[in-house]
Amino acid sequence: MKEKLLEIRNLCASADGHEILRGIDLEVGRGEVHAIMGPNGAGKSTLSAVLAGKPDYTVTDGSVGFGGKNLLEMTPEERSWAGLFLSFQYPVEIPGVSITNFMKAALSARRKAWGKPEMTPPEFLKLMKEKMAFVGMKPEFAKRDVNAGFSGGEKKRNEIFQMAMLSPVLSILDETDSGLDVDALRVVAEGVNSMRTPETSFVVITHYNRLLEYIVPDYVHILKEGRIVRTGGVELVAEIEKNGYAAL
Amino acid sequence: MDSTLKELTAKEYGEGFVTEVEEDFVPKGLDEDIIRLISARKGEPEWLLDFRLKAFRRWRGMKQPSWGHLTLPAIDYQDIVYWAAPKRDADRPKEIDPALMETFDKLGIPLRERKALAGVVAVDAVFDSVSVATTFRETLSEKGIIFCPFSEAVRDYPDLVKKYLASVVPVGDNYFAALNSAVFSDGTFCYIPRGVKCPMELSSYFRINASGTGQFERTLIVAEEGSSLSYMEGCTAPMRDEHQLHAAVVEIVVEKDADVRYSTVQNWYPGDAEGRGGILNLVTKRGLCRGEGSHLSWTQVETGSAVTWKYPSTVLQGNGSSSEFYSVALTNNFQQADTGTKMVHIGRGTRSRIVSKGISAGRSQNSYRGLVRINPGAEGARNYSQCDSLLIGSRCGAHTFPVIQNMGVASATVEHEATTSKISDDQLFYCLQRGIPPEEAVGLIVNGYAREVLQRLPMEFAVEARKLLQVSLEGAIG
Repeated sequence: MKEKLLEIRNLCASADGHEILRGIDLEVGRGEVHAIMGPNGAGKSTLSAVLAGKPDYTVTDGSVGFGGKNLLEMTPEERSWAGLFLSFQYPVEIPGVSITNFMKAALSARRKAWGKPEMTPPEFLKLMKEKMAFVGMKPEFAKRDVNAGFSGGEKKRNEIFQMAMLSPVLSILDETDSGLDVDALRVVAEGVNSMRTPETSFVVITHYNRLLEYIVPDYVHILKEGRIVRTGGVELVAEIEKNGYAAL
Repeated sequence: MDSTLKELTAKEYGEGFVTEVEEDFVPKGLDEDIIRLISARKGEPEWLLDFRLKAFRRWRGMKQPSWGHLTLPAIDYQDIVYWAAPKRDADRPKEIDPALMETFDKLGIPLRERKALAGVVAVDAVFDSVSVATTFRETLSEKGIIFCPFSEAVRDYPDLVKKYLASVVPVGDNYFAALNSAVFSDGTFCYIPRGVKCPMELSSYFRINASGTGQFERTLIVAEEGSSLSYMEGCTAPMRDEHQLHAAVVEIVVEKDADVRYSTVQNWYPGDAEGRGGILNLVTKRGLCRGEGSHLSWTQVETGSAVTWKYPSTVLQGNGSSSEFYSVALTNNFQQADTGTKMVHIGRGTRSRIVSKGISAGRSQNSYRGLVRINPGAEGARNYSQCDSLLIGSRCGAHTFPVIQNMGVASATVEHEATTSKISDDQLFYCLQRGIPPEEAVGLIVNGYAREVLQRLPMEFAVEARKLLQVSLEGAIG
């Protein structure tokens, strides 16, 4: 058995007094790709938000270990520095802030937190160039404001670009496939697949099986009404496709 | 929102120190004898004393304006010292006191001329009521440019001063302009002769030091035909529990085809987190685009002062003259700002553009007040105004008071757009998730919001302004 990177035990969380997660148990080992599928309203996005530390949610019970640390005691930025990345379902626009400046701020904050010296401008620009090429972005892209006026596909591509820049150990992809055409989907999938290493893990949250044709998971979990109701291999995807979530 | 953006704690104001230096004062209070005393200390000619006394009599008959969206603390005009100046060494009257050198050094304002490399800035440094150093005067005078303390201009160029003083801001323009006309101390005088492009940025730095005093500087800029100038001003003051009054007047005359860019980074002490102390910044700034095709651009970044009451304005008299007003006003804690501009279109084909970005945090109140007036005869005049407000937290206020007066000019176009937004939880969380800590994230978002204005600043200033926006928001989130 591989070393566990993420260990979720009986995680319960609520928002505005409504219980959404009702006891999630999930273990993700290093190098593994887990897919979490489920109907709308099952708590998929809540799970990703709670893991990333979004303040709108209250954890009412359970524990989450991340690389041996208590994730729930960490601030959102500390989780990021520890290597947790969330690809947002709806990436927000930040007008007036270029992607370059945004990435500079993100990288220098984590290097500061790690006690490492800042990257030199040439090092930074080289990394930007390399990762932009990796997701097939044109150089002008770096000057654009973060997500401002981006198409759905551009926004998701930008998420994958940021993931590549920050080289996380655990990436959570929240409905990254929603609203994407086949080409954009392929870019996202190729990005993820080429970042798969024995050290890096992925949690892919999706409503549809489309993305899983490109990113083949090691495990598939079905989330329903705030609980994981089934866990299996990739064969579960076909079952869902055939019978739908209602049958589970 | 308030789950993340909590109540404020005091920000650290880095310039709040006091310089221990012996100063000369006139007695506290204001009457004709005090004005005579100030005038005598400055060795002024009779005509200027007359000017002051007339202004004082005018001021006595006026009322402090109350139309601003502000609660101005009561000001006891008899409880202010109107003139304060560091003592000069009697044996070495030309030398700058090392304590003052150190002060301006600490503030990042070089009083010694370094080699005139690209990007060099000439400085007129004003400490309380007097100018203590003015750099690069000789280099500039080779081009015929006059850059000197106002009081020296009175002595050395009386005809120019007489010609232009109060020609843009008349003595009775408003209460604080009248007060300034009666008691003004040092400020900067700039004269750019015909056809001369000023080879470096000119700047003034205003430092309040002594307690119980006010600062009443006067700046006069004249740009002759075809000349150009970029001018910057900065200011800071010590941290004190008392309010201190700053009532300045800036006048700018822009002749045919001349171009003046006037930039301000205002960083007066804003008061503490409970709203104690801070500068009352009640200022009149106005430019006259007198000549055809003349151009005046105002760029201001306002982060300081307990109260800001300030409307840098342009009178577009020359046909085809144009002006812009780009402003970022940030208020935090209990600060209040009522700021904006007036664009008065008189000439044909005159153009103006207003971009105002208000940022309110804490319990502060931030107002944009603007007047666009199209006078009869201003055929084809055009104005575009954009007023954006950004709220941080839910206890602050943002207000806009735009007034458009078109005196029946059908060929004129005036456009006004306004938006109000909040830094959203989602924006903030997005930054946090990428590892950008909360205060840095807010700074990043705010700087992005203000970018259109910041990028208009001279480079020397833009870096400082960006940092200032960030520092001024320290403690704005929990």
